[in-house]
Amino acid sequence: MSAFLQLLISGLATGAIYAIVAVGFTLIWQTSQTINFAQGEFVMIPAFFVLAAMKLGGLPFWAACLVGLAVSVFVLGVMFKQAIVDPMLKHGVLPLVISTIALSLLLKESAKEFYSSQAQPFPSLVPSVDLNLFGAVISTQSLLVLGVAFVTVGGLNLLLNRTRFGRAMQATAQNRSVARILGVPVERMVLATFVINGLLVAIASILISPIYLVKFTNGETLGLAAFIAAIVGGFNQVRGAIVGGLVLGVVDNLSAAYISAQYRGAFPLFLLIAVILLKPEGLVGRREERTV
Amino acid sequence: MPVKSIRQSLLLAGLVMVGFAGPALADGTVIIPDVIELSGAGAVSGTNWRDGAMMAVNEINAAGGILGKKIEMQHFDTQSNPGVSRAQVQKALDLEPYVILGPIFSGSVKVNMALSQAAEIPQIVGAEAAEITQAGNPYVFRTAFGQQFSMPKIANYVRDGIKAKTIAVLWVNNDFGKGGRDAFTKEMAKRDIKVVADVSTEQGQADFSADVVKIKAANPDAVFVYSNEEEDARFIKEARKQGLSMPMIGETTLLSQKVIDLAGEAANGVQGHVSLSADAPIPSIQAYAEKFKKTYGYGSDHNGIKGYTAVYLVKYITEKMGKFDSKLFAQTLHGLTVTPEQTPGILMEASWDANGDIDRASFLAEVINGKQKITKILPKLGSK
Repeated sequence: MSAFLQLLISGLATGAIYAIVAVGFTLIWQTSQTINFAQGEFVMIPAFFVLAAMKLGGLPFWAACLVGLAVSVFVLGVMFKQAIVDPMLKHGVLPLVISTIALSLLLKESAKEFYSSQAQPFPSLVPSVDLNLFGAVISTQSLLVLGVAFVTVGGLNLLLNRTRFGRAMQATAQNRSVARILGVPVERMVLATFVINGLLVAIASILISPIYLVKFTNGETLGLAAFIAAIVGGFNQVRGAIVGGLVLGVVDNLSAAYISAQYRGAFPLFLLIAVILLKPEGLVGRREERTV
Repeated sequence: MPVKSIRQSLLLAGLVMVGFAGPALADGTVIIPDVIELSGAGAVSGTNWRDGAMMAVNEINAAGGILGKKIEMQHFDTQSNPGVSRAQVQKALDLEPYVILGPIFSGSVKVNMALSQAAEIPQIVGAEAAEITQAGNPYVFRTAFGQQFSMPKIANYVRDGIKAKTIAVLWVNNDFGKGGRDAFTKEMAKRDIKVVADVSTEQGQADFSADVVKIKAANPDAVFVYSNEEEDARFIKEARKQGLSMPMIGETTLLSQKVIDLAGEAANGVQGHVSLSADAPIPSIQAYAEKFKKTYGYGSDHNGIKGYTAVYLVKYITEKMGKFDSKLFAQTLHGLTVTPEQTPGILMEASWDANGDIDRASFLAEVINGKQKITKILPKLGSK
């Protein structure tokens, strides 16, 4: 029983990481109908900003984290939208998708070239203490990730549903033309989404890097897992990203332990195929109809 | 002079200059491409190898080169991908090289060594999978033990040092890991040590909780860990977190300084066999390690030593032959022993057999207070 609990808790902790990254996918999709294939690399890069601020700027960890957050919001939020999304979106979704794939390669190679190809240890926000829970061991780092995932989704849901600003964002996501007629500053709302995504990926990066270590290839695994999580949970719902991420983390752990460790990489894909076939809107996604 | 004539004269002068410069460049240099893992899962290993090799190239070139020719080394990134590595070896062969260095990943070497064999160009690799030198390729040579040489040594240690009766094997599911797992379990069977858990993991895996749960349930006397650096570090941390108390045994990578740095205190107590180590109590290796750290600002691992010694091996064989002849190079290296007295850059005495496998002294080690400590030097297999 303690083994099952251990797998469940560890799966939830890993799933929470996927979930935070997946939230960014869903947010950007909702407001700008953009799939950012560089999302994994967006999570990889802020940790390098923090390390660079510590190493080159000589800053303490907490100050370097603030620098990392600020630089991420500007580079991965504002600049990403202004320099890539806006110019490319005019030419349709496909050129933009290709641009984000190119961006992911650029970010990956830049991190390797300008910092290091080797994995780097990363300080933790909380002291690394292992807690015993009915025979299962969970670290404070994993608890922090879980906590932040839930606070993030809670906060975002409050922002989107309980504030004027959030309702304006939702209106922008549902119908830009009507939102504009109603006086919603559409461009500012879209920019806000990218800024929130920049902030989220930076938070995710700082949280997961003590566990994943800092390496330029981290985005590959994370990006794919988060993308699957967003589809499984529902691409058009923030809470879908959370559900998808947690389900994926737990399925991955349980299948590796009880079915086959050798085929562990295949189970999330089986889950993805099953969801697409049986519930294409995702586990908690909203069914959408479009005229074609 | 009309403009057209001036242009024609300049063009002719340019062509004449290129014509002279071409052979002059070819005469003054020897091309030794380095096809290596500079990105992807093997980047840590590949970067060490590249830096070690470049350190040797710079030393040799500064001292006048090989037979008066400077080494020209271009690095080709395999991206840790066998398919890409094959394309890169083909690109390297297009340069008409004298010898090719790399790669390190066994899966890559397995798919690209046929190209250098067909071109009759020696390939000095860092790979350890046993089958590489058992395929009858006379142009492939190792810089480190093949698994068929290292696993008996670690198996003896498990039996005589740890005195284990049961063991769990955790391995990475690629050619390197699978080959090591197969060779290790075979050696365990020969010594009547029962493998009670056989756990496959993925390259790039971040969460090892399920794997540790499986090993805990099997309750072995020891755990043999055979994976790449980052995964090793993550596993060690998770194992310590879940209170896995039995000894963790590894082969070279598990005890590397990179794993120790990444795993932190959790790495203390890890033990095993090390085929090459920058911490070896051998003056030539210590001098190398010091120079490497001074040059690159980080400590070399065993792959750095492999890259460094590979270049010096090329120098020694070529000077022994007195000419640049790729085919003769391969013939000369089979059955040859090279000592530091003959060429200091080889660092330790090493012998190559008819298959291209290397034999040299190796070490037993343990991680104590965040440092790899060599506890015993094991002699060359051939000297027993």
